[in-house]
Amino acid sequence: MEQILAQAKRVAEEAEAFMVSSEETPVQFEANRLKHIQSKQSSYVALRIIRGGKIGYATATELGDSQNLVNAAVETAQFGMIAKFELPSLSVYPEIEVFDPKVESVSTEEMINLGEELIATVRGHTPDIVCEAGVSKAIISIHIINSRGGQANYKQSIFSLGVAGHLIRDTDMLFVGESESSCHPLTETKAIAGEVLRQLELAKNRASIPSKPLPVVFTPRGLASALILPLMVAFNGKTVLKGASPIGNRLGQPVFDDKLWLWDDPTLAYRPESRPCDDEGIPSQRTPLIQQGAITNFLYDLQTAALAHTQSTGNGSRNYGGLPAPSPSAFIIKPGNTTFDEMVTDIKEGLVIEQLMGAGQGNILGGDFSGNVLLGYKVESGRIVGRVKDTMVSGNVYQLLKQITAIGSDARWVGGSINTPSLYCPTLSVASK
Amino acid sequence: MTTTQAIAHQLAEVINRYSTDYIEARFEESQTSYISYRGRELDSIGRASAIGGNVRAMVKGAWGFVSFNDFNELPGRVELAIRQAQFAGNEESQLAPAEPVVDTSAMAQDKNPVVIPLAEKKQLLDEYNDIIWHTPKLQTAIIDYGDSYKKVIFLNSLGSYIEQDRADVTLRLTAIATQDNEVQQAGLSLGSRGDFSLIQGRHQQVGQMAQLAVELLSAPQVKGGEYTVVLDPVLAGVFAHEAFGHLSESDFVYENDRVRQIMTLGRRFGSDELNIVDNATIPGLRGSYKYDDEGVPATKTYLITEGKLVGRLHSRETAAKMKEKPTGNARAINYCYPPIVRMTNTYIEPGAASFDELIGDIKEGIYVKNWYGGTTSMEMFTFSAGEAYMIRHGKLAEPLRPVVLTGNVFTTLMNIDGIGNDLEMNQGGGCGKGEQVPLPVSNGSPHIRIRHCLVGGR
Repeated sequence: MEQILAQAKRVAEEAEAFMVSSEETPVQFEANRLKHIQSKQSSYVALRIIRGGKIGYATATELGDSQNLVNAAVETAQFGMIAKFELPSLSVYPEIEVFDPKVESVSTEEMINLGEELIATVRGHTPDIVCEAGVSKAIISIHIINSRGGQANYKQSIFSLGVAGHLIRDTDMLFVGESESSCHPLTETKAIAGEVLRQLELAKNRASIPSKPLPVVFTPRGLASALILPLMVAFNGKTVLKGASPIGNRLGQPVFDDKLWLWDDPTLAYRPESRPCDDEGIPSQRTPLIQQGAITNFLYDLQTAALAHTQSTGNGSRNYGGLPAPSPSAFIIKPGNTTFDEMVTDIKEGLVIEQLMGAGQGNILGGDFSGNVLLGYKVESGRIVGRVKDTMVSGNVYQLLKQITAIGSDARWVGGSINTPSLYCPTLSVASK
Repeated sequence: MTTTQAIAHQLAEVINRYSTDYIEARFEESQTSYISYRGRELDSIGRASAIGGNVRAMVKGAWGFVSFNDFNELPGRVELAIRQAQFAGNEESQLAPAEPVVDTSAMAQDKNPVVIPLAEKKQLLDEYNDIIWHTPKLQTAIIDYGDSYKKVIFLNSLGSYIEQDRADVTLRLTAIATQDNEVQQAGLSLGSRGDFSLIQGRHQQVGQMAQLAVELLSAPQVKGGEYTVVLDPVLAGVFAHEAFGHLSESDFVYENDRVRQIMTLGRRFGSDELNIVDNATIPGLRGSYKYDDEGVPATKTYLITEGKLVGRLHSRETAAKMKEKPTGNARAINYCYPPIVRMTNTYIEPGAASFDELIGDIKEGIYVKNWYGGTTSMEMFTFSAGEAYMIRHGKLAEPLRPVVLTGNVFTTLMNIDGIGNDLEMNQGGGCGKGEQVPLPVSNGSPHIRIRHCLVGGR
């Protein structure tokens, strides 16, 4: 790494080397049985240079071949963006715990036991369901150095556990599932299995639903599958900079219902999306995005922030090994004080959305979402009466979240990067056969 | 001999020393370059090189898999893969027979697009970007270009040793138009098997795409409900891939008795006119290859013939478990992953109807074109059209906002009642399954007509 940086400094004004190496052990169950045990080692180094004022970039998996890496970065710098930012000279970061050495020492047997326990519980409830389960542990090391003396080093542990079941009766298929992840080893399967059993219970009966606008409750999973993606795109500083975000010029203005609060938070201890600094070495911070319905911030990396005449929010991320770009860490929606049951009780006729399929296909930038209700329940006179099928919903995030009837007190993690309660909206367009 | 070749030869000797049911290894060397624009300006340009490998072992019906890009301690990694498989295995290993293949002739078949100077690629993208930016009311554009060239060496304990290469070019353009607080977008996806010239000269198409984004601003949203829809070849190809193709992947079928019942060979899925094929043997398409990632030769597999299910896609394991022949459809996106059952080039074969005949007797329907994406849960699918028009009294009428179509696979296939005579292959897509995304595939179809299709709207 030091050698790459030294070589790069000979031909460039500024340089930064970023290295990530990971060791991951996934254990996978298919069709109720243990099927695959894997071990994945990988590492790569990314070199970013500023040469003639322009950004050059190259990555390689081979540390040994540093001259080729430098040459490739130099070639790309001829055409690169003009660098508007300064690399950070920092080396002191907030203490954010993301590594638990206990993850490394979880044995393969223990991981297998967790998977077996999950499948046994779900099949104990519904014997003819076919389950897939995954248990995985990973250790990731990040190392950043740059020509301004900045450097960051940290290690992260991630443990994840999940189960998905499909229940097939003739050509009728039901998909249920839940997963959890943490920087600590997960030793309990109860909560995950419990969530799956809850879905199976609610889906036991079938119900039909009319084609018309209806009140709707998004469960945390339903909300994550339907509404989060358009928001992530809209709050991305790059979308804002290019004038493509519908909320880009609404900073400080009320856009959503005043019950809605949203922030991006990479500082929570032992969460998989947390880290002491982003992929450019900028310290992590909690960034409020919506406060009382008003837009308060957008998410930035160094270059985008410089172009927008603002500061990086520590959201520079190198997805798939590319140049740093703004990306959310963990989206947190503030819980309210209405229980899920209270929401359902309030509905005369309506829909609970547990999982929407294909919501991210439409005009995401405009906030439109539309999808098939893969798992959802009909509500009649304050009671869930059964699962709906062949049903589509369509709406617009900005219209939908302008008026929220209630926000749930049931906030929880969905996947590693979204924490949200249930959300009760007065009306959404439903189409059904 | 390259380093990778030397390592592969060395390993070929090592793996024969172990008594496992089966063991294989794959080594890859790849180069990629990419250029993207966000708005007027170039956003990122880069080059990447990667080298890595994996070892996969089967013991008593279970798999161990180890991937790495550190080539030290190779024998240790082989042993780890075997230990993992031993740990998990508790039944009989079943793999369909495969002939050992020694073939290095499939190397150096593709043009390497990565070596084309970045300046030349950027020149083309600048031209396309200019066209988009000269369109009035256009707010911004997104352009993502990527190419890759990969050499793959495969060897296994049957004595196979195969060298192949694969080149890939993809270009995705999106034009974004805004007015007041409305945002609309239109996209174009292009791709080729490494041939850069196939994405050149598309200036007119790019201009039409930009114009469409602007026109959508004033287009109405369709009223949700059931319609007769006509799909253009691009979207019908996505439909064939998403709605039916994934159901033909036997890893979903082979260990699930319920699904096996649904996917019984001979079962009727559509009208006599319907024929669906997966074919990895067509030269020059993005989904094509000579051997799959288990060293099995590529095949042309009929999935549906005259409306009836006649075949499915297999790896060696799924073929053995279903007592069918392997089809050479085990593919991995790269060395970090084991191969799984995937499609290649999937298409609906052409029928007899002209476009005018397909729409001629539709009183009120929707013509849907182009592609945003699509996904499936096996039984249910959704796919979204980038472009839509009302059909009124047998004629194309006003443009609509993009629509999402959804439905039950089984009833929708039955509801196809018209198949055009104009098959086109679309090279612009990429397929995702589990974590392995995007895998180069192509889809194709003629225009098709579907009755009673559920369309989302307000």
